Parts: sequence; C-alpha cells; structure tokens
Amino acid sequence: MDDLLADFLTETHEGLVALDVALLRLEKSPGDKPTLSEIFRLVHTIKGTCGFLGLSRLERVAHAAENILGLYRDGVLTVTPAGVSLVLRALDRIKEIVGGLEQGGSEPAGDDAELIGELDAAAGGDGISTLAETEAAFNNAPAPAAVEEPLAAEAVESPSPVAKPSAPQRRAAPPPAETPAAEEAATSGRAPPQSIRVSVDVLEDLMMLVSELVLTRNQLMQLSRARSDGAYSVPLQRLSHITSDLQDGVMKTRMQPIGNAWAKMPRLVRDLSIELGKKIDLEMRGADTELDRQVLELIKDPLTHMVRNSGDHGLEGPEDRRRAGKSETGRIMLNAFHEGGHILIEISDDGRGLSLDRIRQKALTQGLATESEIAGMSDGEIHRFIFRAGFSTAAAVTAVSGRGVGMDVVKTNVERIGGTIDVASVEGRGTAFTIKIPLTLAIVSALIVEVAGERFAIPQIGVLELVRVGGGSGSRVERIKDAPVLRLRDRLLPLVSLGRVLGLEEGPSQPLGEGGDAGFVVVTQVGANVFGIIVDRLFDTEEIVVKPVAPILRHIGMFSGNTILGDGSVIMILDPNGIARVTGVVADGAGARAAENKVASAVRSSEKTSLLLFRAGDETPKAVPLGLIARLDDIPVEQIENSGGTPVVQYRGQLMPLLSMSGGFVPAEEGRTRQTVLVFSEGERSLGIMVDAILDVVDEALSVQAGQGRPGFLGSAVVAGKVTDVIDTAWWLGQAGGDWFRPATATPASRRLLVVEDSAFFRELVVPALAADGYEVVAVEGPAQALRLRERGEMFDAIVSDIEMPDMDGYAFARDVRGGGPWQDLPMVALTGRVEPAAVARGRAAGFTDYVGKYDREALLASLSECLAVPVAA
Amino acid sequence: MRTQATQSAVTDADLYLTLTVAGQSCGVPVLVVRDVLGPQVITRIPLAPPEVAGSLNLRGRIVTAVDLRRRLGLPPRAADAQPMSIVVEMAGELYSMLADAVGEVVPLRQDDSAANPPTLDAVWREVSKGVHRRDGQLLIVLDVERVLAIGGGR
Repeated sequence: MDDLLADFLTETHEGLVALDVALLRLEKSPGDKPTLSEIFRLVHTIKGTCGFLGLSRLERVAHAAENILGLYRDGVLTVTPAGVSLVLRALDRIKEIVGGLEQGGSEPAGDDAELIGELDAAAGGDGISTLAETEAAFNNAPAPAAVEEPLAAEAVESPSPVAKPSAPQRRAAPPPAETPAAEEAATSGRAPPQSIRVSVDVLEDLMMLVSELVLTRNQLMQLSRARSDGAYSVPLQRLSHITSDLQDGVMKTRMQPIGNAWAKMPRLVRDLSIELGKKIDLEMRGADTELDRQVLELIKDPLTHMVRNSGDHGLEGPEDRRRAGKSETGRIMLNAFHEGGHILIEISDDGRGLSLDRIRQKALTQGLATESEIAGMSDGEIHRFIFRAGFSTAAAVTAVSGRGVGMDVVKTNVERIGGTIDVASVEGRGTAFTIKIPLTLAIVSALIVEVAGERFAIPQIGVLELVRVGGGSGSRVERIKDAPVLRLRDRLLPLVSLGRVLGLEEGPSQPLGEGGDAGFVVVTQVGANVFGIIVDRLFDTEEIVVKPVAPILRHIGMFSGNTILGDGSVIMILDPNGIARVTGVVADGAGARAAENKVASAVRSSEKTSLLLFRAGDETPKAVPLGLIARLDDIPVEQIENSGGTPVVQYRGQLMPLLSMSGGFVPAEEGRTRQTVLVFSEGERSLGIMVDAILDVVDEALSVQAGQGRPGFLGSAVVAGKVTDVIDTAWWLGQAGGDWFRPATATPASRRLLVVEDSAFFRELVVPALAADGYEVVAVEGPAQALRLRERGEMFDAIVSDIEMPDMDGYAFARDVRGGGPWQDLPMVALTGRVEPAAVARGRAAGFTDYVGKYDREALLASLSECLAVPVAA
Repeated sequence: MRTQATQSAVTDADLYLTLTVAGQSCGVPVLVVRDVLGPQVITRIPLAPPEVAGSLNLRGRIVTAVDLRRRLGLPPRAADAQPMSIVVEMAGELYSMLADAVGEVVPLRQDDSAANPPTLDAVWREVSKGVHRRDGQLLIVLDVERVLAIGGGR
C-alpha cells in the first residue's frame, strides 16, 4: 500500500469518527448551522481526496451524501431523522469500502446504485418536509436529556460556544479565540493542529527502551546502596529522577482518554434503540480518564459488548418500564475513574436486573452446580454464573446478544490484562458491572516474596494486606480438614501455600505458627474472592517491567510474566488469577466444597473426615460429617413459626422444617433471641436441625461403635478425646417427611464395599451409614474412577452403584465390570431413584445383582447381606 | 533469519561449534549461536518441564536455559561441575543450551556426514541431523529447533 493511500485511510478514519458524533448532534439539534457546516466539510474532504486518488466508488457515494448535506446546510431542506439515517447509511457504506481498501489495497467490488438513488431522491425533493412536520418528528424522537434544542437563527448568529452534548471528542486543545473560523471550532472542539502523528511502533520502541533504562537504573541504585560510595550517589540520584520523569513522559504518550474507546457508543446505542424499539439514554462520565493505549485496545471490544448487552436484555421495552413504574427511557451509564493505580469502569443500567431464579435454573440444567450447592450460594455467587462459558439468560437469541458467547469472553479478556470484573444486580432495579484494570501493562509495582529459598514477584494490584503469622505474632494458620485457613477479623480466609502450589515443598505443609516457623500471608483479591498466599519472607516492593515468559513455559499458567530485578537476577511474576484457578480457592462456598469432595472422594471411610461437633439437647457432644451440612444459620427466634406442630422457618420462599434433637419443639430458652440451625439440603428440600451451640470442627477417623438402637444416632465414637454421639443424618432427614432413609438394623460384617455415586450428598449419606454397619467403604464419584481402581488392582466384596451419572451411567459401568477382569463376579447392587419394572429389568440385563431404591437404606443393607451371604457360607 | 540457517546449515563446509554433553561430542551451526557464556546464575522455574533449568539474565534480556543432559535423558552432571551456556535465538526468543564443555569452531564437510544410524537412541535420533566422523570421534549435529521443542512447543 503506498504512503498516499495510507495517509488517506488514517485521515478518513478520523473523519468518519468525527462524522458519527456530529451527525448525532445534528439529529438532536437539527438547525445547528456550525454542526451542519462541519459535517459538510468532512464529507467534502473525503470526497475530494478519493477523487484525487481515483477511488470512484467512494467518490460517488460521498458525492451523493454531500449533495443532501449541502441542501441541509443551505436551508433548502430541513433535517429529518429519516434523512440523517440515510446519511448514516451512506457513511456505513463508506466505512465498508474503506475497510475493503485497507485489506485489499483497492476498492472492493459492489453496487451502490440503490443507495445513491435514494440519496438523490431525498436531495431531489422527496425528502422535503414542512417545518411543522419536522418539529413534530423531533418532538417524538428521543430527546437528549441535557441539551435544549437551540433555535436555528440563534445558532447562526452566535459565535459563542454552543452547549455540547457529552459525546466524547478526540483530544485536541480547544483555543477558540485564535481560530479564524471561530464558529466551527467552537462547536466541534477542533483546533489548528498542535499535535503530530507518530507511528505506534516508534512509541512502542521508546517504551521498551525506557523499560530497559528503568531496569538499569534499578541495578545501579542497588549497587550504589551496597557500596555506599558517596561520589556516585548524587549523580545517580539525579539519573534516577530523570529516568522516572522520562518514564512518566513516555507513558503519557501512550495514554489516551477512554473516550476514544467510547466514541462509537452513542451511535451503537442509537442503532440499538431503533432496532429494539426501546428508548435508551446513554450517559458517559469520565471520558477523559486516560489509560494505556494497549489496555485501551484490549478493553474496547468487551466494553462494546457489555453496552450492547445492557441495551438488549438489561433494559426493558417502554411498555414494561411503564408497568414497573419507571420512566420510559432506559438509562445506560458508562463511568470511568482512577482509583489507586487502577482504572475503574462501571457499566450500569436501570433495567430489569439479573433474574436469580433464571440463573439458578440455567446453572442446574447446564450442570454447573448441583441443587444443594446452589441452595448454599449467596446472590452474588449466583450472579457470577453469568461469567461461565456458554451461559446466557436471555430467553431469546437476538441478533444483538443472547448466544451465550459473551460474558465469559469479556471476563477472559479483562483477566488477560490483569484486570477483574464483578457484577452487582438488584432484580427490577438494574445491573452494574465493574471492571478494574491496571493503568498500564508495561511497568507494574510488585511485591517481592520468598518461598523455599526462591523469590517471586506478586503484582500489587491484587494485594489487599499482609499478615504475619506464627512466631508469637498472635495470628496462626488453622486447618479445616487439610485446607489451611486464617481467621482474619472474624472471617475465615482460605489459604494457599505457595511452596506447595509451585511444587517447591513436598508433602503436607508444616503447621505454620504452631510454635514452628513464622511466615507471612499475602491477602489477595481475585474478582470478589479473597484468599491468602502463604510465603516464607517478604521483601520490599519494586517497579518491575513485565516481560512475557518464553513460549515453552506459557502453559504453566501460574506466571503472568518474568522480569529482571535490581540485582540483575531473573524473577518470575506470579499470576494470582492463575493460582486461584489452579487451586480452586475462588470457587466460592459450595463450589469449594465440591472441589474438596473431588479430592477426598476416593478416601476410605476409615480415614479422616471433618466432623462438626455441636451440643444439642443433652450435654453429650454430637458429631456430624461437615460435608453433609449445606450451611450454618443463625435465625432470629421470632422468625420461627409453628406449622402443624412442627416449627418451621421461611427460607427463600419455602418453608424449612426445623427439628429439635431433644424431641418436640422446645421453646426458646429464656433470653435467647437467636437459634443456631444446621441446614441440610438436597434438591428443593431443606431441613434445619436446631442445636444449642457449635463446639468445634475436627478431623477424626470415624470409627463408630454401632448404635444401641437409639433412633437418630448411628452410634457413638471417641472424637477429640470425648465420647460423642454420631448423628444419623438420614434418620433426621426422614423426620422431615417422605422417602429419606429409615433407621437401620445393623448387621455387622467386615466387608469391603465400593460405592459409585456422583452426588456428593448421597455419598456422604451412604458411606457413614454403611460404615456404621461395619463395612469398609471406598466411595468414588464416577465409573471412570472406579475402573481406575480396578486397574490399580483394588479388590472389593461388592459394588454399590448409582444409575444416573454423567459421562458413563450405571448400566454401562455394570456391563464393563461384567465384561471381564478381576471384578467380573462381584455382586453389584444398583442404587437408584427409579424403581420401575422396566428399569429393574434393564439393570439386571446389564449385570446388576440387585436393584434398590435410593432412599431405602434397610433394603440396601438387606440386599448387601444377601449378596454376600453365599461367599460367607462357603 | 538465523533460524533458517539451522535448516540449510549442512551445505558444503559449514562452521560448527562443538560441545560436549556427558562425553558425547555434538555440534551446532555457528550461525545460530549468539553467545557462549560461562557459569551463570540461573533462576529455577517451578512447574516448568524438567528439561528447563531456569532463566538467566543476558544483558537485560531474559534467556530460558535448557539443560542438554536432561533434554537428552542423560544422568545429571556432578554437583560441582558448572555448565556452559550456548545462547541461541529462535522465533525472537533467546534460549541457552547448557552443555558440559564448549570446544572450538570447526568446519564440517557435507561429504563426511552420515545419516543417523538406525540403532541410535530415540531421544538422540529426534534431535540429530546427522553424524560426522572427526578425529576418530563421532560428532552428532544437533537440530536446535528440535532440541528446544519442549513443553507447550512440542
């Protein structure tokens, strides 16, 4: 492509952006002469240049558009929305041709006769309307909120600046007084050139050189500190200052107002509002907030997508809005501002908000979470499902959005530049997205930490605070199951041991702070999730230049780059997003538990389980596996109502029965205003067990002495040195009515069972129940893992398997087992919610020995002892 | 530019830098070599492929070090032995190949080259471009691109 053409393209791009903005301004104030003149001039320039370059197609379209604009300018025609739309269409065609020109170097083929015909017809008089009609048309058209329509005569006479709509302008100092054509400058904000174009490559090179200079400066400073040689320190100090200034200066050349990324939004929203038949007001604040070019480029598309989303399914139609008691015109607001080295961009609308129910449903049908997990989630956690891949709540797929390829891409893009995104929404009131991105990607401030003798850099952006643990500092790392946690101002902070995550420390990490080594916890935020990273030592912070890691290391995912420190050594830059992803600490609440279950699922019941100890009824401590509990609640006593003799509490629009361990409803103790409740959930159902106090969470190998027939208790065990009643969750759930487990008659036999069950909930139910009956139980969450155990040569006495499972169902599993191998002759009991003759027949055909209803514990135990009876006799 | 030299390297009589890995002489085309460095401070990279010894700083540029012994499935060098770095550039990135010793630059004639013997170990066969006889010793010409095809690049 020759230079002339390249220049033309640059200029035309600028012209087109300015035209978009000016045309919209014209639509809002149709008689505005200076705007008209500006538009005419811009189109004229484009036309003139293409004629010169021999671009005939462009020239013809531009010419036809110029004709109309000329008539508008001279007052022969009045401006109508239809006319403006026509001109906008002509501009779109011009953009299309220019795009083709950029790619191919010559004008793409195409026929513009129809468009030109329409333009000519409008210019010829078909488009002429009376002033009255025009006024009527504009009174009906969406009016700008802030700007009153100036009278045409006023605008012509007045050289003073006319109030401008908040549409963003490209950066240019506006000195109206000096301009000969004061009229134009006043309106458009354009000024005689006080800037020059510099190619982006030159700026990038400069930036790179400055980065190197910063590194060298850092090295020199470090050397000078070590030597304490006075002769160098003064000039070095000066060098340091100049380097910093130079760095700032070069950074500034890369800075651009975020308004540049927004320039297309007014047009986008206008088209959207016409397409969707909605009235939309776009408000943009902080358009002059500056950020790095590179960041700006990367954030442009996500922003456009989100504004489109807000317009399409965030905002309701005028009808719905009226019914909801809102003004007919919906509002989308873009707001950008600086905050502590980051830029925050908010995209908010006052539309219908995110529907929690729809998201829950969708998450369920897409298998992103189980019902019990969802039941335990906060609204914020549920909202965040929209960032999952393929997730869209829009009921209909429109041309604009709703195809489920959106928010996850936005999130990925934002995270790629080290940013975070979060959403807040109130149903019926609106939705607000907040994007937090670093000012620049090139130079960041980072905290240098050490673990296992190796140093790493953590970008400051995510670091909230630093906590010293152990070594008599008061704070110490505690443990729930194997997961380390830190109690920080009344909240439990999940911790990640950096040494273990990076494979630098083997085995279980040392119990930090239990008289052992002192360490530090770097409290880090990723999205709305906060977690701590355990490190051995902290050094100071340093300005580092982020360099990408070598391609052969990119798959690691824990590092966002590497850099050279002041002392000349290479150091890896950690990516908190990556760490969170790999360790699963961000999977909040129930999700984290699911992840834990995955790890722990192949654990024998005779190994350690986390138990929640509590007191209820009598003084004997009671224990229940922590994994069974959906959550702990503290309910105000006055919220507990009575329904048919059972205390209930309203929870998420449903009644949740509350059970008391001491039998019957015990009225609240004197002076007690809140009741602690253990909540169990499965599917839609929830059940609360009222307890007096939560005592502790401990890890114990659960060896239950089979019960003395007390209903509701599996038996007793020694937990934390005390005799503790292990409650039979199944029995209590049965009390809530319906078809949960019933109490068992124990038939002890020392047999090894394999339980294949995908639902964590039922695994946790079945394993303790069978263990209490003397079986040694290994539970896995799917046939795949089960078959892996077979490959490893594990042997069992019988297999209990669920039927409905993802990937491979129970039938296929049974066929595989029967197909050969060491498990070929094992008894297999199908455990399923569907006990229909057809299903039973199918199960037997697949190779199951017996078929038991999922909730029928007695039948399961009976079936097992029957299956195992033959080998026992033999 | 330089990487192309690796492909068309074995022409008439090209220059090769010889190096030794666990007693085996090897050669790399001199045109791809940017630097030869003595023992360097190398930062370990956790979770990296085992062949990657770490990163080092070469005049402000970060160089990824690949240990040839580990790459070729050879026993690790003695604890007190310090490796030499042969720095090469590939696709705009700098890599350092760690060898036990670096010899001299020698011309090798195409005629002396023999194809890989079929009995050559699979790991060696993957990275070898041919075998030369020199001073009664066999010298294996390394294909630098193949040597550096590790982890995500493979």
